[in-house]
Amino acid sequence: MTKYEELVSELAPRKFNKIGVVWTIGLVVVVIIGVIAYIDQIIKGQIVTNMRDYVLWGVYISNFVFFVAISFVGSLTAAILRLTNKTWRTPLVRIAEIIAFSAIIMAGITIVLDMGRPDRLLNLFLYARLQSPITWDVIIISTYIAISALILYFPLLPDLAILKKHFKSNAFLSKWYGILSLKWSGSSMQWALQKKSIKTVALLIIPVALILQTVDAWLFSTTYRIGWDSTNLGPYFIAGAMVVGVGSLIAVMFVLRKAYSLEKYITKLHFDKLGQLLVFTCLVYLYFNINEYLLPAFTAPKAEEIHLQELFTGHYAPMFWFVTIGGLIIPILILIFPKGRKPLPLFIVAILVVVTSWWKRYLIVVPALLHPFLPIQGVPESWHHYFPSLHEWAIISGTLAMALLIITILIRYLPIIPIHRTAKEMGILPNGKSKES
Amino acid sequence: MDDKKKKTKISSGRRAFLKSGFLAGSAAALTGIGLNALADDDNHTSDKVKVMTSDGKVVEVDSGTVEKAHSCGMKNPTRKEVREGIPGRKFVMVVDLARCRNALKCQESCNKNHYITGHNAWLKVYNMKESQDTAPYWMPMMCQHCDEPACVTVCPVDATFKRRDGIVLIDNEQCIGCRFCMAACPYSARVFNWNEPDQKELVGKDIEYSPEHAGAPSVKGTVDKCDFCPHMIRMGELPHCVSSCPNDVFLFGDAYEDTVTNGSGKSYQLSKLLKDKSGYRYMDGLGTQPSVFYLPPVDRSDKFEDGLDDYNEFQSVTKP
Repeated sequence: MTKYEELVSELAPRKFNKIGVVWTIGLVVVVIIGVIAYIDQIIKGQIVTNMRDYVLWGVYISNFVFFVAISFVGSLTAAILRLTNKTWRTPLVRIAEIIAFSAIIMAGITIVLDMGRPDRLLNLFLYARLQSPITWDVIIISTYIAISALILYFPLLPDLAILKKHFKSNAFLSKWYGILSLKWSGSSMQWALQKKSIKTVALLIIPVALILQTVDAWLFSTTYRIGWDSTNLGPYFIAGAMVVGVGSLIAVMFVLRKAYSLEKYITKLHFDKLGQLLVFTCLVYLYFNINEYLLPAFTAPKAEEIHLQELFTGHYAPMFWFVTIGGLIIPILILIFPKGRKPLPLFIVAILVVVTSWWKRYLIVVPALLHPFLPIQGVPESWHHYFPSLHEWAIISGTLAMALLIITILIRYLPIIPIHRTAKEMGILPNGKSKES
Repeated sequence: MDDKKKKTKISSGRRAFLKSGFLAGSAAALTGIGLNALADDDNHTSDKVKVMTSDGKVVEVDSGTVEKAHSCGMKNPTRKEVREGIPGRKFVMVVDLARCRNALKCQESCNKNHYITGHNAWLKVYNMKESQDTAPYWMPMMCQHCDEPACVTVCPVDATFKRRDGIVLIDNEQCIGCRFCMAACPYSARVFNWNEPDQKELVGKDIEYSPEHAGAPSVKGTVDKCDFCPHMIRMGELPHCVSSCPNDVFLFGDAYEDTVTNGSGKSYQLSKLLKDKSGYRYMDGLGTQPSVFYLPPVDRSDKFEDGLDDYNEFQSVTKP
């Protein structure tokens, strides 16, 4: 077996081991529970949630914002590292692209879960009004889904051709890899075309991703609500998306490295680099957090003061300080030291970052709704608070499990680490395979 | 002054003859004749009609010089007419806080006539207190029918719309239930049908849905709110809250006619009323341009405390 063949067999998709099977079944079960809860919500109405006329958006919307934020990782790592030609990116980009693709698909689905009339989904196109930020969201999310799919797909073509050969014994798999590889033969014309296509989508995805995060922020900042009505919200969301994007990439990368024994390819260097990226994004995010929370405290009108107090010392204080200290301060303090950027500590920090990022979105959505301009009166006492109901938890867990399931399935059938590019970088491509300029 | 007059659609050249004219009388503000245009000199006829001038005097003019305003009494407006609104009108409401003692007849009547079965009434009387050291007062609050409605701006599917007569309505057959309008409304005026509305009174009745009569029926998964009762206006009658108020808190009318009428049938000149009683719009600084004006709670007829008996912080829709 040549070095090249060894590499292909190491990097080609593998069947799940026992843990993989249990993991996948577990995810499927959670998704099914979520689907059942959603069907129940359709039948009974959103009365099954704990949202009411005051807290009119809840965990569905915050979860939606979370998915949108995670999807940013695709453009951040994939496109920026690609365009700046950082070679250490090679084993990371595909993981990042898979995460981004799965997250943006789930973002699109999650927003539908929040609709009172999902049966009228088509109205978004039939009666679309261009001045509504939701219309902007529909346009930008569908665009981002398309571009994320392409930036995942184009670089896959040579690998799919390799897999077609590799799985000769499995006619079914081989056939599908062949179809998906679009008759890839590795001719210089194909290489040129592929290179150009990748460059185009890599360039495109950056502005589209920035617009996506900004439009997401504008869903909130185009209202009069205290806590949302902020010009800082666009860049604040972009910074937050960078943090959770890199965090999720590190977490997935760590798990895959362990599960598939990829230590040879995903090295400590990669963790160190991503750790640096994470601490940088955390610092940027901290800056926008100061702009968002500390500055208004100085000149806050009465209503804003109540909102901030609720976060700093009131009902939401434990959660607020958990996400601020756990999601920003601690990661920064750990990751500025090289020791903190070793795989295991970095993985733990990344998990912390992802979890706090989820709650961070919750804190952006919910408390602002509990402080309308008029006092909350004439409604049942329970409408003065909000915490997700069982249905909401089941449905949200379903979406999170579905996102992981999409990632799992893609990893089952696609090479996590680009085979062709790795072989090329290692200089072990068989003859006639290295026509790439 | 000139600007104001232009808004009343009185042709400017004939203002010397009659600055602007309005039919006197109560119901007239809604059903009858507004001066759309004063006709040319050669249009004289022998019939005389009584009209009210902008300074409140009743004068007699040639009937040929006035033109009947568009009849509101359209029975079955088409979809387009529902979207456009009643031509030549601009509906406004005035709420006199000095007269409100939280009798809640307005809410009761609104709940009944819009078949409201949820937990959040469309018209609520707030127990207001601006700050610790200022006096409390009762404040009826409903959809403000803003001229720059934040809810309409953010609606992605054209389900909530602003009409030329000033009314903001919801098409419950188009609404997708995203609740962005509720998030956008600074007046917390909108409510959501979280489940299938249990409107027992509507069972068996053959009602054709129209955005002009919100709540008949309410639609699960869509948004509802005060509609300014165009179904009553079409019949030449006042909105339910206005006619049911025992204290004449509410006045309803037409800004073009500069006239508002209270539940007892007494009409006032809108601009004069707002000027004399220092009328204002709630949170005017936001720039939403509400169609509802408030008269401050000064020289109140009742004590604030009298209203506390009927006040229920946690209920606005009485359950059977």
